[in-house]
Amino acid sequence: MSIPAYTPSELMTVNAARLLRDQDAVFVGVGLPNLACNLARRTHAPNLVMIYESGVIGAQPARLPLSIGDPTLVSGALAVCSMYDIFAYYLQRGYISVGFMGGAQIDRFGNINATVIGDYRHPKVRLPGSGGSMEIAAWADRCYLLAPHQKRRFPEKCDFRTSAGFLDGRAAREAMRLRGGGPAAVVTDLGLLEPDETGELVLSAVHPGVDAEQARANTGWDLRVSPNLRATEAPSAVELQILRDFDPDRIYLDAGA
Amino acid sequence: MSRLIALSDAIAEYVRDGDSIYAAGFTHLIPFAAGHEIIRQKRRDLVLARATPDLIYDMMVGAGCARKVIFSYSGNPGVGSLRIVRAEIEAGRLEWEEYSHFAMITRLAAGAMGVPFLPMNATGAGDLERANPQFRRIRDPYSDGEVVTVPALHPDVAIVHAQRADADGNCHLWGILGEQREAAFAARKVILTAEEIVDPAVIRSDPNRTLIPGMVVSAVCHVPHCAHPSYTQGYYDRDNVFYLDWDKISADPARVQAWLGEWVYGVRDRDEYWKKLGPDAHDRLKIEPLWSEPVNYGKY
Repeated sequence: MSIPAYTPSELMTVNAARLLRDQDAVFVGVGLPNLACNLARRTHAPNLVMIYESGVIGAQPARLPLSIGDPTLVSGALAVCSMYDIFAYYLQRGYISVGFMGGAQIDRFGNINATVIGDYRHPKVRLPGSGGSMEIAAWADRCYLLAPHQKRRFPEKCDFRTSAGFLDGRAAREAMRLRGGGPAAVVTDLGLLEPDETGELVLSAVHPGVDAEQARANTGWDLRVSPNLRATEAPSAVELQILRDFDPDRIYLDAGA
Repeated sequence: MSRLIALSDAIAEYVRDGDSIYAAGFTHLIPFAAGHEIIRQKRRDLVLARATPDLIYDMMVGAGCARKVIFSYSGNPGVGSLRIVRAEIEAGRLEWEEYSHFAMITRLAAGAMGVPFLPMNATGAGDLERANPQFRRIRDPYSDGEVVTVPALHPDVAIVHAQRADADGNCHLWGILGEQREAAFAARKVILTAEEIVDPAVIRSDPNRTLIPGMVVSAVCHVPHCAHPSYTQGYYDRDNVFYLDWDKISADPARVQAWLGEWVYGVRDRDEYWKKLGPDAHDRLKIEPLWSEPVNYGKY
């Protein structure tokens, strides 16, 4: 049986969807995280609840939202509250099971930089900044990070720590007594990285046709490979069809193709 | 007591050079018409605060209105960078103060509640706290823990758009609520714009929906289509095409000035701006109604 062709974005999205569980309350952003949630709801996680930092709970968008404040998120949603409420009563209080994150840089311990390249006061490149990510990283039960596997995106240490992964190591995060557990996995177009007992990201899986050396060559630190390295299953025709139905104009699914 | 005046009069009266402004609305209900009027009236040295500056502040910075931005995310939502804000910060020509969304909104909530600061749990990231001295840490007085605090934000002027309001400024708004209510209570003066001015009986028919009362409002302005290219839930769509176009326009300073010349300085008010957008745009942004189930308050 032939494996259907898929883009790097489709590959990442399908793998992200598989990590979600039924009953998860997921803090979602636009793009691939949104598509991953929709796919999971249509497959193994029908009771997954999508929550947006704009204050929308249980969104069921009829069209592809182009921003987290899109009006389509409101129509048919379970609830819409103020931004203070969503951050305080839902996220800080501890009702969010999954946070999706992305950022310009993800470092060895899963810390994220979405703020600056270079010096903060005299930035070489000014990135958009935290938005909700500083709190999501701290307080969601677990976080999934999505990023193309490129060396410049995976430095040894971020220029600026916008959101906490395992800081300088798992013990450092534990000492902070943060509510959430931190990054559970990084999903890239080459495979999956998962934190070991010290909080260091280790290559735990590779996608079909990828070998560990490719992932290591595209990582800015000496990426360790799990002794139990596994292969992910290729996206199935069913998964791809569901995904493509959600993004018929392929606005997000062709990125990185 | 009618507070109804023209938007141009409200801006002339309440927005002064050097003021701190909070134009509210998280993606939704952003009062672009007020931003454009501020540009037309050539205000200078403003401190512009919003969670996401969005295109409204990109335009106002491009027009030279601002000396500083206070923000928590400086992207063009779903598109990329806010090019003008970013370029000005990178060039050292624009001061800034940066928060996370929650910290920014907590500042507004503290202002709205009349307390000097509010606490939040720690996030562990640390670098933003070190970069912005407004973040402080204090000991929880009831346990051995620590909390992070941010000070109250009291904008000189908040500008809030709503679907409907009566002439006193009691307003109903629905959809994404953002930080509208916090901004209205935190600010020293409030300019309320509304798609429709309605009879007080309409407001009184659904008192749970009156998120901002007239008693905190300084001026009420009837401004249909105030939010374009942002949107008003139930009234018109977000102009996603325009948000994408702005990405190209804002990459070229000459194009920015030409755009401002044509669409801000070159129109008298929002009515003229909306008309200039033309029937194709009007059609593209039109949406079908979708009514909620009515609620029965009971005749007591």
